[in-house]
Amino acid sequence: MKNQSFDPTNVICGAFFILAGAIFAWQSLSVDLGSWLKIGPGGMPLVLSMLLILLGAVILIGALREVGESVGTIAWRGIFFITLAPIIFGLTVRGLGFVGAVFVTALFACFASFKMKPLSALALAAALTAFSTVVFSYGLNLPFERFGPWLR
Amino acid sequence: MDLLDNLALGFATASTLTNIGFCLIGVLLGTLIGVLPGIGATATIAMLLPITFQVGDPVSSLIMLAGIYYGAQYGGSTTAILINMPGESSSAVTAIDGYQMARNGRAGVALATAAIGSFVAGTIATVLIALFAPPLTSIALKFGSAEYCSLMIVGLVMSVALAHGSVVKAIAMVVLGLLLGLVGQDVISGASRLNFGFTQLGDQLNFVAIAVGLFGIAEILRNLEDERTRQVLMTKVTGLMPTRDDFRRMAAPILRGTALGSALGILPGNGAVLAAFASYSIEKRVSDKPEEFGKGALAGVAGPESANNAGAQTSFIPMLTLGIPANPVMALMIGAMIIQGIVPGPNVASEQPALFWGLIASMWIGNLLLIVLNLPLIGLWVRLLRVPYYMLFPTIMAFCSIGVYSVNSNVWDLYVVAFFGVLGYFLLKLRCEPAPLLLGFVLGPLLEENLRRAMILARGDPTTFVTRPISAVLLLLAAAVLVVVFLPSVRKKREEVFVEED
Repeated sequence: MKNQSFDPTNVICGAFFILAGAIFAWQSLSVDLGSWLKIGPGGMPLVLSMLLILLGAVILIGALREVGESVGTIAWRGIFFITLAPIIFGLTVRGLGFVGAVFVTALFACFASFKMKPLSALALAAALTAFSTVVFSYGLNLPFERFGPWLR
Repeated sequence: MDLLDNLALGFATASTLTNIGFCLIGVLLGTLIGVLPGIGATATIAMLLPITFQVGDPVSSLIMLAGIYYGAQYGGSTTAILINMPGESSSAVTAIDGYQMARNGRAGVALATAAIGSFVAGTIATVLIALFAPPLTSIALKFGSAEYCSLMIVGLVMSVALAHGSVVKAIAMVVLGLLLGLVGQDVISGASRLNFGFTQLGDQLNFVAIAVGLFGIAEILRNLEDERTRQVLMTKVTGLMPTRDDFRRMAAPILRGTALGSALGILPGNGAVLAAFASYSIEKRVSDKPEEFGKGALAGVAGPESANNAGAQTSFIPMLTLGIPANPVMALMIGAMIIQGIVPGPNVASEQPALFWGLIASMWIGNLLLIVLNLPLIGLWVRLLRVPYYMLFPTIMAFCSIGVYSVNSNVWDLYVVAFFGVLGYFLLKLRCEPAPLLLGFVLGPLLEENLRRAMILARGDPTTFVTRPISAVLLLLAAAVLVVVFLPSVRKKREEVFVEED
């Protein structure tokens, strides 16, 4: 089922914009909308959310009348390893310190590719850690602790 | 004469040893990034942005960022010529004839032509910026809040018109960007809003984190979908020097390309890319040997390369004079200024003359450095082409994390990176361009602040936007562009242009 009687990509796209608009609209209702004279903090967000819902609806309705292809392959392995990398950095930078966090982050990101072998991953992570420590920590004096409390 | 004084100040600022040093680092990094495929100038600048704050004063950091930008344009054309794989979208056209020249054994001449064309275009565009920036600034100083609002709407509409793919999607992306820009604390009332209860996010979503996520991570994910190995055609490049005949044949295309690029670069949206395509089709039309195009025509390299470089330079004009970004990279420059405590807009020229003119002068110096350094270094760049992609992205991820965290040492910014990385990737899969979203994000708070101020000044009367003449003209312009984009004939033509581009 490669081609359908509607455009699946744009159906998802339209639905996404409607959903995003709805969430923002709901969020902006909890602050003051204001008046024409003095527009409150919620005024512009609400108008923009409505516009986003409208645009989403236009995309969605248009998609139902067109034939299109599906979204295509999605790099699930990449999503998992790549997006977790900054999160891991965030979770470990205070505990392990700069050096440890860079090493763990780089090592983790290496596994996003199926071409990377464990040994070269270790070597790359070590090299990156050494480079970053010299450049960022010693060279640019970024104010991070090199070794955190977990390592003491 | 004022212009000469200003340029003298600019060159005095830009040619201090420190600033030449930063300019050099910038163009080298930029070329490196341009040569390495899979990571664009926008992502690089986003990642390096926080690091430039550590290195010195605002002038040096902006000079370095600008250097990365035009260095990347240059590096992109090197890969386009040598391996038929444009490192940047603006050099996609160069690949057509440049690669054919390389296959005919004229890689050196193609590279030299690209370098000379870029340098000439860069020089002329620098002069144009120096000429046009001050009058534009003085007009912009007369703008009130209502005019600013309308101007920003023009900018956003233009970015929609020049984005790839569906117009409706691009508008939706702008609106989403505007909304994301409003997340956090409201400037006027101080109320906190749209933050879904995450007060850890601070006053505003971190601009650097969003840019890194949308442009850096999303791009890596797309590259991971299919991991190909690249073939390097040339291992040794010889015969760099073009013959006298080559020089004669490249002169006119370079000048035409520069004119086209300078004009299109000022427009919001990605004018540099459009200029390269337009230049190629013009050269093909005016050439007395159109059959040579696609088989290694010198004009097919000289024209587009000059056009994209001129466009890249003149896109600084709206950013420097009006504080309106013409493309994502300019949005990042504005972000950099804001973080450095400089309010972007027409006041920059009068309040920070050293920064304003120093940046302009540094562009010329940067172009000179590019031509002097890169032709001899070509062997090094060729060797870099062999670095496998799976070695690159762990490196990028490590630098991303360090860079984003160093902005305000807030771990939540790293979670924002991850979130926007996934969001950006899904939006790419849904065929939505991230550039309009980033422009919307940067302009969101400015647009809202000016809108609300204009309404207060007009005592709550929304007709103020159409009764004030400059504002009315700007809004009419925006409406006209929107109408034109939706016209069936233009719509079809536009799709053709962008299909050719992919």
